[in-house]
Amino acid sequence: MHLLVCGGTGCRASASDSIVESLKQELENKGLSDEVQVIMTGCFGFCEKGPIVKVLPDNTFYVEVKHEDAVEIVDEHVIKGRQVKRLLYQDPEKKQSISDSKHMDFYKKQIRIALRNCGFIDPENVDEYIGRDGYMALGKCINEMTPQDVIKEIKDSGLRGRGGGGFPTGLKWEIASKNNADQKYVVCNADEGDPGAFMDRSILEGDPHAVLEAMAICGYATNASKGLIYIRAEYPLAIKRLKIAIDQAREYGLLGKNIFGSDFEFDVELRYGAGAFVCGEETALIHSMEGLRGEPTIKPPYPAEKGYLGKPTNVNNVETFANIPVIINKGANWFNKIGTEKSKGTKVFALAGKINNVGLIEVPMGTTLREVIFEIGGGIKDGKKFKAVQTGGPSGGCLTEKHLDTPIDFDNLIAAGSMMGSGGMIVMDEDDCMVSVAKFYLDFTVEESCGKCSPCRIGNKRLYELLDQITQGKATMDDLQRLRNMCEVIKDTSLCGLGQTSPNPILSTLDNFWDEYVAHIKDHKCPAGQCKDLMKYVVIEENCVGCTACVRVCPVGAISGEKKQPHYIDPSNCIKCGACIERCKFDAIIVK
Amino acid sequence: MSHIKVKIKEKDLNTIKQICKSFNNEPKELINVLHKTQEHFGYLPAEIQEVVAQELNVPVAKVYGVVTFYSFFTMLPKGKHPVSICTGTACYVRGADNVLQEFKRQLGIEVGETTEDGEFSLSCLRCVGACGLAPVVLVGDKTYGRVAPDGVKAIIDEYKK
Repeated sequence: MHLLVCGGTGCRASASDSIVESLKQELENKGLSDEVQVIMTGCFGFCEKGPIVKVLPDNTFYVEVKHEDAVEIVDEHVIKGRQVKRLLYQDPEKKQSISDSKHMDFYKKQIRIALRNCGFIDPENVDEYIGRDGYMALGKCINEMTPQDVIKEIKDSGLRGRGGGGFPTGLKWEIASKNNADQKYVVCNADEGDPGAFMDRSILEGDPHAVLEAMAICGYATNASKGLIYIRAEYPLAIKRLKIAIDQAREYGLLGKNIFGSDFEFDVELRYGAGAFVCGEETALIHSMEGLRGEPTIKPPYPAEKGYLGKPTNVNNVETFANIPVIINKGANWFNKIGTEKSKGTKVFALAGKINNVGLIEVPMGTTLREVIFEIGGGIKDGKKFKAVQTGGPSGGCLTEKHLDTPIDFDNLIAAGSMMGSGGMIVMDEDDCMVSVAKFYLDFTVEESCGKCSPCRIGNKRLYELLDQITQGKATMDDLQRLRNMCEVIKDTSLCGLGQTSPNPILSTLDNFWDEYVAHIKDHKCPAGQCKDLMKYVVIEENCVGCTACVRVCPVGAISGEKKQPHYIDPSNCIKCGACIERCKFDAIIVK
Repeated sequence: MSHIKVKIKEKDLNTIKQICKSFNNEPKELINVLHKTQEHFGYLPAEIQEVVAQELNVPVAKVYGVVTFYSFFTMLPKGKHPVSICTGTACYVRGADNVLQEFKRQLGIEVGETTEDGEFSLSCLRCVGACGLAPVVLVGDKTYGRVAPDGVKAIIDEYKK
């Protein structure tokens, strides 16, 4: 029997490591340590209800487990073979407990390829990876396939880069393989900087060997002997597990010289990012690995010709790599049956925001936004109304009700005015102001612009200022035209992908939420009630009983009034924090 | 540059030299050297950057350029209890800004500053990957999930002497 405890970042933040301790302790107390193994796995994906504990072989799926539940799990489930009913997932609609995750709406529509091992294996144990066909694909490549065969297989699979660009992976490998040099490099881009996205992190934390194996396969196909993983220093757990994985792979002869007894050699090193979003752009990433400021350079030359230290370099993202071993094992023809005509396979999304089931999901390309948000995601939190879904992070756009039935793939999302990006998917409800959301992303872009080219450095700042004016009710209708013009110029003239896509959050909200912009400008109103400068807190005299609760809670002393008399909020002092509304039991304070 | 003047002790000087040496004093290892150095000292004041520049044989301006380019590197010492508010998108839509404002108010400092007693510093970070718990606050290594503005005081009180 195995007890799998989620060791992903979200569950660890809810102290899942103490659950492991308690379970182990309890098993020891009952003398069962030899029969039952407790394993800390990677992310199960269902972060909303974490920490998760899964029992094998019966597949019981416990949610929101606390360390004090360990005794009951051991006593009831392990010893007496009875499920602990209160820890099972409750289907919110049918009000039934579901014990096996495969019957949950959250998992039903998912196909897990890149995430195949996350939540199944101990990421710190290479034997468990090997037990699930790990390193079989590398062996197959070296023993049975030529590098050209490998490239052909990847090309035939139709796999496209999962980092955001969607460039065909096989083609990228082919270009790198044709450039001759004494040294070539394979780089894994693990600089996940998109705010609200944690796909790559979960793969590296849950299945680090999959990435190492794929990098070695890429090395074999492109004739490169060195691999580098560029990873954010902010991901300590992923770094730790990668280091363990690299050591184990070297020990087993799966990295290093004479891999699988051949003369192929390949080794992997880690390089640390230091917090710069622009380093997700491959030329900037390469400069950062060279110890420089992470500023992009004009392409061509592409990294496949002149990359790290001037040598041909193939850069792929973590999720792209995670697909490779499966494609080799199961064949291109298996993979390219999944998905849509031009986007094959699956895509991992980090589903977050105002949604019931926050988590990490992997769905076939072509799944609709409606299926993702309302079936897998369980709909909008607190019964509110769906307003928009933002995909593609700071480079993407906000899609609305009318896009809900669009099948998700690279081309459809671009046609709808957004993009796939790395896979962040943030759901927003009626309380979210779309002008503020655009401003939020521009704030991000302004901070993260490297400053090398002026359209991005200066232009985005001007965009931000215009949006700020709008949220303060100080803009004119002419400013909206100015906003759009400037967006177009920045898109056309910026040096790299960051600037070329940074106006997308504005353009898509202008297209889809024009009325909301107009309301801010003409009526000086924020329809979602979020823009503080356009709000006023007032007391409804009929409802106010003069209990003074609001006076006591107001942090700036802006509320005055005698006991048992209606109170008054001084608008010049009020900081619109909302503390008084929360405290008032008589609904006597409203926002106008 | 930083207004803090630091006198580097002989022992620290040797530590920096050791770190540079462990990367063969190669300029392309600058970022790795800075990571290790910051790990040791907690921050990277101008004086430390000068030593690194000398050891790797690159202009100080280049080191400064790199330190200021990346948000992970800091030229100011952090507080004993560094408070970081996640301002990733998931946390943003679930109200991280209100939480941030409350921390600013309670601590009386702006983002990037440290309280006068050196106890708390305040910073923002982008997505810690615990979006299920949004909004998220980190104090040191400890993660607090689903933080509301009225829960801020309790978090700070945990760390007050």
